[in-house]
Amino acid sequence: MIRAEGLTKTFGANRVLRALDFEAPKGSITIIIGRSGGGKSVFLKHLIGLMRPDAGHVSIDGVDITDLGGRELEAVRRRYGVVFQSGALFDSLTCWENVAFPLRETTRASRTEIRTRVAAALEQVELAGVGPKYPAEISGGMRKRVAIARALVSEPEIIFFDEPTTGLDPVLVNTIHRLIRGLHERHRFTAVMVSHEIPEIFEIADRVAMLHEGRIVEAGPPEAMQASTNPVVRKFINGEPD
Amino acid sequence: MTAAPPRLLRPVAAIGERAVAIVEALGRFGSFLGHAAALVVTPPFKLRAFVDRIHYVGFNSLLIVLLTGAFTGMVLGLQVYFTLSRFGSEAYLGPAVALSLIRELGPVLCALMVTGRAGSALTAEIGIMRITEQIDALTVMALNPMRYLVVPSILAGIVTFPLLTALFDVVGIFGGYLVGVQLLGLSAGTYFGEMQTFVDLNDVMMGFWKSLSFGVIVMWVATYKGFHVGHGAEGVARATTQSVVLSSVLILVWDYFLGSVLQ
Repeated sequence: MIRAEGLTKTFGANRVLRALDFEAPKGSITIIIGRSGGGKSVFLKHLIGLMRPDAGHVSIDGVDITDLGGRELEAVRRRYGVVFQSGALFDSLTCWENVAFPLRETTRASRTEIRTRVAAALEQVELAGVGPKYPAEISGGMRKRVAIARALVSEPEIIFFDEPTTGLDPVLVNTIHRLIRGLHERHRFTAVMVSHEIPEIFEIADRVAMLHEGRIVEAGPPEAMQASTNPVVRKFINGEPD
Repeated sequence: MTAAPPRLLRPVAAIGERAVAIVEALGRFGSFLGHAAALVVTPPFKLRAFVDRIHYVGFNSLLIVLLTGAFTGMVLGLQVYFTLSRFGSEAYLGPAVALSLIRELGPVLCALMVTGRAGSALTAEIGIMRITEQIDALTVMALNPMRYLVVPSILAGIVTFPLLTALFDVVGIFGGYLVGVQLLGLSAGTYFGEMQTFVDLNDVMMGFWKSLSFGVIVMWVATYKGFHVGHGAEGVARATTQSVVLSSVLILVWDYFLGSVLQ
């Protein structure tokens, strides 16, 4: 279980998170929706431990990571993978080397084992042939899938996705969503995803949380969110202009 | 949240805020080097990254260093010869060229050249890694990005700057020889003989310590500016400019300071 309690973050005069409370049950896919510039990525960075809140706490399976540092925080980080909005692939490494990187650097896996696991991870994202190519030589959709393979290769318990389908065409959006759902059914990791893709996300989410003006204004199963009477949620889901 | 100061005191408050910001920035700058120094002596060591950086900073700067070294020596040979000839002291051309290069011009000009070529590129590379979240990716893999990006660069600076400076000096002395001996007719024996008499190990060591410390300064500034880049392409461009300007100023300031101490 991933939990945030009373999370508050201010940048100068801009209060981005306002005593935010959030829960992501273990083994589920929880998707955070909300308007652009509403603080979703900032919130995700708090969950990952890349930012520290001004107030409040983040805990992962009961371990409060808010004030952790050094080796303790590294131990928590080894339990999760992150798929960044841009993919964040290392552009000086090939796709194969990118996927192998966490195994080479954080485990004592043998060369043979690394080769097998990287091949399997690339196979799972249907990119078996792109290993020798550099990130700049493949399409945006392929880069996202390589990033998913990199997050998956160390078999993490938790994977965070920061808008994994932004900038992709509708066919690729559905491909990535199906891929994430399929991988989740196979590996049963806990997933927290930030996304704008309405209504596609309702097909893959176990739980949806709406972030608005620095707070989670409503959270629940996809059906409940789609039937919500909350005007903020309704407006966002229906894409109504201001 | 603090209350806004009265109108009359606002300029004073603004100066105070600016002063605090400068002190904080200096603190961050210093602690960045301290953190890197601590990682230098603690495993795991990233040998491959270190070798890559030596190639990036050292080998790739070779051509520009050799070229500037040769022409610096040739200009020195020409100017110093005509100055010395006014006093009938052309025989001292060799030591004058060698001492100028070994003690002063070699380390400084070489460092400025490498700053322009490798320091700026390093800031841009790390800056792009920052804005494309590659540094965050390292962090969330429970890997310390400083160990991968900063430590190998600083160590490469320590190794390559003295070597590049030595090459700069040798090529510069040869450039002075070409002009002084081959062009202006001074005897080769006089040029090199007087050099042996006047140049001693202290001069070489002064150049060595200068180049070594410039290596640390240039790599420290380049990696710091890359790590603390602003937003987007404009942020990377600004950080790259700041990196070159700050490195160049620090090289000259540190050169004077070290020159005074090692005199």
